[in-house]
Amino acid sequence: MTTLHTVNKSPFNSSAFDDCLGLAKSGSTVLLYEDGVYAATSGTKPADAIANTDGVTFAVLGPDLKARGVEGKIADGIKVVDYDGFVDLVAEHDKVHAWL
Amino acid sequence: MPIEVNGKSLEVDEEGYLANLNDWEPAVAEVMAKEEGLDLSDDHWEIINFLREYYEEYQIAPAVRVLTKAVGKKLGKEKGNSKYLYELFPYGPGKQACKYAGLPKPTGCV
Amino acid sequence: MAKKFMYMNTKAPYGSIYALESLEVVLIGAAFEQDVSLAFIDDGVYQLTKGQSTDGIGMKNFSPTYSALGDYDVNKIYVEKESLEERGLSLDDLQHLTWEDEDEDWAEKDSIRLVSRAELADVIDDQDVVLSF
Repeated sequence: MTTLHTVNKSPFNSSAFDDCLGLAKSGSTVLLYEDGVYAATSGTKPADAIANTDGVTFAVLGPDLKARGVEGKIADGIKVVDYDGFVDLVAEHDKVHAWL
Repeated sequence: MPIEVNGKSLEVDEEGYLANLNDWEPAVAEVMAKEEGLDLSDDHWEIINFLREYYEEYQIAPAVRVLTKAVGKKLGKEKGNSKYLYELFPYGPGKQACKYAGLPKPTGCV
Repeated sequence: MAKKFMYMNTKAPYGSIYALESLEVVLIGAAFEQDVSLAFIDDGVYQLTKGQSTDGIGMKNFSPTYSALGDYDVNKIYVEKESLEERGLSLDDLQHLTWEDEDEDWAEKDSIRLVSRAELADVIDDQDVVLSF
């Protein structure tokens, strides 16, 4: 079973990101959107945690990065997707786990 | 009640402010002013255009105090005072001029 | 007599309504000519990032409005250093907010003051009213 995990809460303000990272299995994908995109910005503990997680693919929603003015701060190795890319990810995985 | 401008019907709120900022054209100000018995002079237009530029830059309609100060800085002390602005817009420079400019009611106005 | 009001901003913009609500309350409150300060801590520092562009998410970009605060005589804007650093940000990532001093021929002055948590605690302690968003 392949899983797409989605996180839309700031990693500094909610345990959703940490919980997700702790339970995401190798081969799954984590998509960060809305305030979740801050986890993908470089120079932060969440970005270090992403860099140290093997086997999990990380993606971030571009329009939410742009809205928040952090498009230029995205850490290496994280894929930026648009809304169509979000839909593709949902279609490519067996299920979606939306973290709260 | 929508207002009729150049053959188009434009939606306004219960106080007469345009519902959609993008509906604005100079004729909107002319129609609104005529309804309130006002002929728009170049002096009126100077303030209306000033407000539109202010909104474009800051995304808010300024409070009267802020408008007065900003007008004074840009157009000179003889225009940046309540007397001058209220003579142009007797219902209040904030409320009336913002309405003609197609902006929302200034934040903080009741 | 003017009271000292501080508005504490603690949430990121767009993900919740707090940031926009706070900004509106500040602008409305500014009409009452109190001594107003703003503080940005935790995710609140994200409200001030420059280059915000909301076309793709269908929400109003209210970040330009922070530049109008100077016109409203709101010119004490405290940004907490620890919160910035935890988020990999520096002052260069934030908008340059200024106000113009009418008494000094409209001289442009910086509004943002970078403070440590301990310094901010002292500023908060000195306030008459503190409102958190």
